[in-house]
Amino acid sequence: MPETAKPGAPKARVNDFVVKFANVNGSGSASANGLFARSILRMGVPVAARNIFPSNIQGLPTWYEVRITEAGYLGRRGGVDLMVAMNPQTWDRDVAEIEPGGFLFYDSTKPMPAAKFRDDITVVGMPLTAMCNAAYELPRERQLFKNTIYVGALAALLGIEAEAIRGLLAKDFAGRDKLIEANYKALEMGFGYVRDHLQALPLQVRRADAVGDRIYVEGNQAAALGAVYGGATVCAWYPITPSTSLAEAFTSYCQDLRVDPETGKARYAIVQGEDEIASIGIVVGAGWNGCRAFTATSGPGVSLMTEFIGLSYFAEIPAVIFDVQRGGPSTGMPTRTQQADLIAAAYAGHGDSKHVMLLPADPGECFEMGAQAFDLADRLQTTVFVMLDLDIGMNEWLTEPFQWDDSRRLDRGKVMTAEELEAGADFGRYKDVDGDGIPFRTYPGTHPTKGGYFTRGTSRNPYARYSEEGAVYVDNMERLLRKFDTARTLVPAPIARPAKGKTREGVLYFGSTTPAMHEALEMLEAQGHRLDGLRVRAFPFAQAVWDFIAAHDRVFVVEQNRDAQLRTLLMTEGGVEAAKLVPVLHYDGTPIMARFIADDIARKLAVGRIEAAE
Amino acid sequence: MTYITKPQLHHPSLRANGLGYTRRDYEGSVSTLCAGCGHDSISAAIIQAAFELELPPHRVAKLSGIGCSSKTPDYFLGASHGFNTVHGRMPSVLTGANLANRDLIYLGVSGDGDSASIGLGQFAHAIRRGVNMLYIVENNGVYGLTKGQFSATSDKGSKSKRGVVNHDAGIDMVSLALQMGATFVARSFSGDKAQLVPLIKAGLAHKGAAFIDCISPCVQFNNHVGSTKSFDYVREHNEAVNRLDMIPPRAPIQVDYAPGETVRVQQHDGSILSLHKLAELYNPGNRAQALGYLQARQARGQIVTGLLFVDPEHGDLHDAIGTVDTPLNQLGEAELVPGAAALAKINAELQ
Repeated sequence: MPETAKPGAPKARVNDFVVKFANVNGSGSASANGLFARSILRMGVPVAARNIFPSNIQGLPTWYEVRITEAGYLGRRGGVDLMVAMNPQTWDRDVAEIEPGGFLFYDSTKPMPAAKFRDDITVVGMPLTAMCNAAYELPRERQLFKNTIYVGALAALLGIEAEAIRGLLAKDFAGRDKLIEANYKALEMGFGYVRDHLQALPLQVRRADAVGDRIYVEGNQAAALGAVYGGATVCAWYPITPSTSLAEAFTSYCQDLRVDPETGKARYAIVQGEDEIASIGIVVGAGWNGCRAFTATSGPGVSLMTEFIGLSYFAEIPAVIFDVQRGGPSTGMPTRTQQADLIAAAYAGHGDSKHVMLLPADPGECFEMGAQAFDLADRLQTTVFVMLDLDIGMNEWLTEPFQWDDSRRLDRGKVMTAEELEAGADFGRYKDVDGDGIPFRTYPGTHPTKGGYFTRGTSRNPYARYSEEGAVYVDNMERLLRKFDTARTLVPAPIARPAKGKTREGVLYFGSTTPAMHEALEMLEAQGHRLDGLRVRAFPFAQAVWDFIAAHDRVFVVEQNRDAQLRTLLMTEGGVEAAKLVPVLHYDGTPIMARFIADDIARKLAVGRIEAAE
Repeated sequence: MTYITKPQLHHPSLRANGLGYTRRDYEGSVSTLCAGCGHDSISAAIIQAAFELELPPHRVAKLSGIGCSSKTPDYFLGASHGFNTVHGRMPSVLTGANLANRDLIYLGVSGDGDSASIGLGQFAHAIRRGVNMLYIVENNGVYGLTKGQFSATSDKGSKSKRGVVNHDAGIDMVSLALQMGATFVARSFSGDKAQLVPLIKAGLAHKGAAFIDCISPCVQFNNHVGSTKSFDYVREHNEAVNRLDMIPPRAPIQVDYAPGETVRVQQHDGSILSLHKLAELYNPGNRAQALGYLQARQARGQIVTGLLFVDPEHGDLHDAIGTVDTPLNQLGEAELVPGAAALAKINAELQ
């Protein structure tokens, strides 16, 4: 019989609650939990789901947090309304995390001492292991179908339509009828148990029409598709969490979309390098020779690539690096999220160097910026970083459908052709002919006698001849700065989110922080705190960023790292005084939460008011 | 690197090749290496090989790493695009360049520091991928540019100019290339132009990873008694396994009057390698035997030179990954961008 602990005051919520699954990794829970989230989407209710997983293949704790949010808050809220506690190792902390008035679902096969529960939550037990042992012979089946059974039970408890789940199973296992049948059976075991022994919870999912035509996709997959649309032909990479799935998705999209229909041959080349250094070397070689090339990596990879990134800057070779950021420093927290590579990427290289960074906030922008990065790299003849993080890269997000305008052309930048050379055009590889700091280049092999030059990382004159003359060197370095100023005008502009009325307080943020930030701004507004928001989308910073800072007395800078790296870049590049930029930092490796941001800013605003009053 | 532009005056009687280029058209800037450097002899051999092969100079891409040897691409094929990359990483840059345009001829020039120490990994991996290139290591067993440190190819027991004895085992690049699957492996000596020029020609014509380890004594830091890479040591211990003629496909094939001593190998482009055997029973078609032969001779203190192994049929990285015949850098929107309709389908699958 299921036990039911004495309930607190259960909170009723419709289409607005957080379910967290606590599992052991390698137990097959990931696909079952994904099924749960997607079935809610099928009912027209938006979800925001996040995997919080260990750097391990089997046996360690893993969590999956699903926020059901008809209102469309896609960031993490903070707090858990229903904990699905399937991992005895983490029982105590999982139970402790439930909101007062919340719910606990657990496997009641083995009786638990009363002290292991709380009296301010509602406990729902179900003898999952006993049911599986009775229904299945093979240990593997017992394990896998246990997951499907609890999905069925949760669906019954939360009002999720069985048909929504059945439809997904049929789609996922199309052509494998036995598997579909077996899953249907397990699903029904879950539903049946709830029908016979339990009651529906006050947390309910109700069919709505709030998803629209949005798609549900990982940022890495979106960025990879962006690279396909951006015309990338060479990808060299080395496996590293959390970027691996980007290169793998590129491979899979290319197999679908980039095969010559007549010959079956590949219009792309993908090489798994022996390390990150070789990977970026291949990218630089391909970029030098006129291909659009990229690598996907994470912080430790960027460290290894740094010498080549400096070469790309100084020798002016296009390259695109997708940096899917994770917790550092060193090996840090390889499966946890952070925005902690900003400074490393912005100034990668020895000597004076700086690089363009694009900062996508969701998979839709990963696609868009993933394509745009190649235009910018060719136009600017330099390395362009696309700074994802694990939260965007490896979690499925609900995002606007990808858009492509067929009239859009790849911008190959300033490339001198054989005809232009033949007609007598003056070719100086490092000559600033247009005043924008961007010189012309030629692809190797263009013309038998003209346009050839020697590429090197050492200093040279505008005609690419080796030179250690101080004045020649300085001229070139100044031109590179002009080029960086040109970049400022080409990168994606920041996006303003003004407060409902006038305010002297502002907040800057970027990337995966965005949805939690927007929700936090609403929370703060409700508490009477008015802040203008500005989402930064690229480095170098557009003029609008400096204008925003100038227009406010105090600007909070919200980011997911310890050292306030965006704030540091703002101070370094714009000479903004430190006191004006107030850091709001979340860096425990889990995605930032709306409640955290709102609480931290409210507290800092209060301190500011007390000081002002004194 | 040089500050000096070479005068472009051509003597009217200079012989032109089939493309109308003279030997001067294959030259580069004035070398700034030390007088008598073996590397300059190798540059001269590259110039002669390219001239004789009638390569359009701009269809060659020459890449190098860092070091004395890596400076040399500035001193030959001045009309070719060159890329002096970073230390030990030329192989990856060359690999990327090759992926971008399979139609150019790739010449990688490196040294023993660049390829056997810092770049050993990249050397091995570019070879094992079968990148279509000629990779020349100008091997002097010493770091010249930083003035005389041992390199990883310095033999155990060899003595530096300062009298220090090397206690580490030397890396034999030729054995390594054989083990990594290179499909053309040779060793030569910068002072032996008659052997080196045909080897370079054959290596340039070879499809796949071609490697030449060219011993090139350093006149400043490694040409003294006690060095196993000095001119005198190499001349005294050189054990040539064969002499090579490389006959381009367009030239009429010569009649060979000594069939018992000649092996003919046809390469993918139709060119014929005619190997005049010096060593008894040496078969350049057998990788395992090549390794055994090298080691046996090495144990006797002999340096084996010549074409040690060739597999003309193997193919290259592009064959392995099945890329289109058109160079990737010449594909445009129509071939690369799937368009809005394809995207609509993808969106539908993700809904």
